Amino acid sequence: MTVALSSREVAANIKSKFPDMTLEVTDQAVIVQSKDLPAVADYLKNSPEMDLSYLTDITAVDYYHYFEVVYRLNSINKNTSLVLKCRCYNRENPEIPSLTSLWRGADFMEREIFDLMGIRFTGHYNLQRLVLWEGFNGYPLRKDYL
Amino acid sequence: MEIEKYSEICAGTDPNVALTEGAEIEALKNASATTVISDPDQWLDEEIKRNVFLTTFDWVIDWARRSSLWPVVCFPACCAFEFIATAGPRYDISRFGMEIMRASPRQSDLMITAGTLTWKMAPQVKRIYDQMAEPKWVIAMGTCACSGGIFSNSYSVVPGYNHIIPVDVYIPGCPPRPESLIHGIQMLQEKIARERVNIKIPSLKEG
Repeated sequence: MTVALSSREVAANIKSKFPDMTLEVTDQAVIVQSKDLPAVADYLKNSPEMDLSYLTDITAVDYYHYFEVVYRLNSINKNTSLVLKCRCYNRENPEIPSLTSLWRGADFMEREIFDLMGIRFTGHYNLQRLVLWEGFNGYPLRKDYL
Repeated sequence: MEIEKYSEICAGTDPNVALTEGAEIEALKNASATTVISDPDQWLDEEIKRNVFLTTFDWVIDWARRSSLWPVVCFPACCAFEFIATAGPRYDISRFGMEIMRASPRQSDLMITAGTLTWKMAPQVKRIYDQMAEPKWVIAMGTCACSGGIFSNSYSVVPGYNHIIPVDVYIPGCPPRPESLIHGIQMLQEKIARERVNIKIPSLKEG
């Protein structure tokens, strides 16, 4: 059975690695600022003590005054898991750094979120529509879409 | 070559023709003096009577069309499983002559649209329908195929197949039971049986 890592311990690890980084932590997840996301993700993936090398899923949630992108990370070697979140407060032009350079599997999931939620992933090499067609108006998974 | 042979045969005169012809005519005359051949109905073999019958072109062509409906593979969603159950040995639509699923639309007459159709998928389904050879029929299987079902107000679902292709028979249900599907197919067969086949048969008067 996969063991869910304690988010508070992981946050303490991140804090010791990046002392000037501000991050939130809840019982379930570590929440980082979008500018820190690539550095934290790189640390979680490549450092031997974390070794969360497998990206299971990316999804996005609309909380009206911000978007939250949820990354579910797994460690194949240690059989552990972690939820990493990143918030985006700009509703008009939401942007979050892409993680396709770290995980190639993030490609389609980020494109799907771009298509249905309207969040731009900066640095994505091929950010195009995935499931809707060209000319579709609006972002159907947003709460204000009718 | 054939013509030359024929003319050779005709050209050669057989001196015995006149003699044999006379004998033949005499034999016929003698035979007819004793018996008169009766109406064929009275002496035709029973076997022949059972195997020859008269009908119309319409009936025969409609019968051939309705008895060998070959469905094309068009299963966008979950009603496909009910169709698979219908094709399986328990319900067995091969009893109705339509068990042969064709992966190529060019070899099929019937499209059983089993499932929800999204707008993203609609051009492909329309293309499959356009590729099918005439005559062709469409059965809308399931509520989603009839009207879009619970997704009919959705941004991504076609509210009924009749928005993109003509539908002959609608089978409601979510999903329809195999009995419903078989009943729908039988309704389609009745519909085909009523069709007039448009073939121009030359009449004797025009001839």
